[in-house]
Amino acid sequence: MDLSHVLEIATCTDPGMVRSHNEDSVAADPAHGLVVLADGMGGYNAGEVASGMATTVITTEIQQLLAKVKPYDIDPESNKVVAGQLVREQVMKANASIYHAAQSQPQYAGMGTTLVVCLFYDNKALVAHLGDSRLYRMRDGALKQITRDHSLLQEQIDSGLITAEQAKHAQHKNLVTKALGIDPTVEPEIREYETRPGDIYLLCSDGLCDMVDDGDISMTLEALGANLKLAAQQLVQMANDNGGKDNVSVILVRVQREYPAARGVVGKFLGWLK
Amino acid sequence: MAKLILSMDGLVLKEIPLSKERTTIGRKPHNDIQIDNLAVSGEHAVIVTILNDCFLEDLGSTNGTLVNGNPVKKHFLQNNDVVELGKYRLKFIGEAPVPAATAEKADFEKTMVLRPSAMKAASEQARAMGAGGAEAARATAAQQVAASAATAGTAEKEARAAPPAPAAQAAPAAPAAAAMTTPTPIPAVTPAPSPAAAPAAKSAHPLGAIQILSGGNAGKELELAKPLTTLGKPGVQVAVLTRRPQGYFITHVEGANPPTVNGQSIGTAPHALKDHDVVELAGVKMEFFLKG
Repeated sequence: MDLSHVLEIATCTDPGMVRSHNEDSVAADPAHGLVVLADGMGGYNAGEVASGMATTVITTEIQQLLAKVKPYDIDPESNKVVAGQLVREQVMKANASIYHAAQSQPQYAGMGTTLVVCLFYDNKALVAHLGDSRLYRMRDGALKQITRDHSLLQEQIDSGLITAEQAKHAQHKNLVTKALGIDPTVEPEIREYETRPGDIYLLCSDGLCDMVDDGDISMTLEALGANLKLAAQQLVQMANDNGGKDNVSVILVRVQREYPAARGVVGKFLGWLK
Repeated sequence: MAKLILSMDGLVLKEIPLSKERTTIGRKPHNDIQIDNLAVSGEHAVIVTILNDCFLEDLGSTNGTLVNGNPVKKHFLQNNDVVELGKYRLKFIGEAPVPAATAEKADFEKTMVLRPSAMKAASEQARAMGAGGAEAARATAAQQVAASAATAGTAEKEARAAPPAPAAQAAPAAPAAAAMTTPTPIPAVTPAPSPAAAPAAKSAHPLGAIQILSGGNAGKELELAKPLTTLGKPGVQVAVLTRRPQGYFITHVEGANPPTVNGQSIGTAPHALKDHDVVELAGVKMEFFLKG
């Protein structure tokens, strides 16, 4: 089912004010309801290689698979919809590609990338993530952070060592505890959320949330929600105006209407007619 | 010992340890590192090694020597520097022990990964070294584990990257681990000068305001204190006024026609506002001014 008339998507990525390279990478495929954002790490230009591999491998592999199966098909073995397994396997595949490149080519040694993947289907958003790139949701004027960072800071907050307020001033914001391409295998965190028409989803690298506070992000989405492209540019611009110390990437996805899966004989027939 | 990794087009050709005081590089066979390629001069460059420090010197080669993309005559090699001679690349991998000071200066903004497995290797390394400093380092590492005990048992970062962080990427193995044990402290709470959202720059610019000139609200004034303020009628014509370090800008958001400033349509790009500019939007005229 083609979701390009259901999802409005805007992307924006920028090296920021300090860095010479942009190690972030973004990909969006409205037709398949797929968006991917990766923030690469690694010396010289290896970070770009890692994030580029992540977005390319994941989008192309999922696109190919979606030509054969539908994300809401039921897997006969597990009796669950295939979407979760499908995304999980492609994330792992991307992990293996990056890991092997890093192992076999010395200039890529140690490269890795954070990741947020969002697959929209059947009025749901399936979210897989690793590291400190985030997904937010704007619904009814309220901004909510959906993913929880895999970072030392988040772990300290969870264990009560520091408060969220102290975390804003902490030094080690940049230490992630999970990433793609660092170890031979990785288990992404995968969750599923119901979507509603009018929701705006924001995927961003830490270059945005470190430089722009949630209040300003929320205000921008509220004020400029009518023009998604402009909202994305405005968010990047605000990060740069505040110093732009890191690469900044933003993907905005607006759900314009419901998109239930076309299940059953009648649904399939209607889908076939389209 | 420091070493060079010779590669071309991403293919690794060989590793060369820098064992001599002078290691010469060139096309002619008498060089220590012979690169038989016409883009490389007969005597192209030399690397002088003094204790742990390696210096690269171009010997007046025809096509020059690049380090990390920049042409150099003389260069103090840092870990992970990439030397380029024609199509050939020599990656310099320094010899580890990094003084704590350098490690601390490492680029903290760069995202890095923590791995429990590497942690183990690090503390074993420290134990093997046995020296006082190493013990202290291990203690720090242990504290870090304790600090995040509730978590996955993290600590020890595998810093990749950042040329100024020589600790990184030597290999996933031991030398890197040794460097990592140097206490790059991970304090539970360290109020650092916040790199984030410092709106100081904003306040440097005078506050702007809009006064409505026509329509039902004529005479009303609106202060532009927020980073962005939207104006107009949703669905008809909306523009946004953004407050930036450089001043105020107006940008078209929605509607068939962009707003006008002093009678001129602003198009879709952001337009800088000057004191006493007159904006017309959704049939209403308003004046922008700075409140000094």
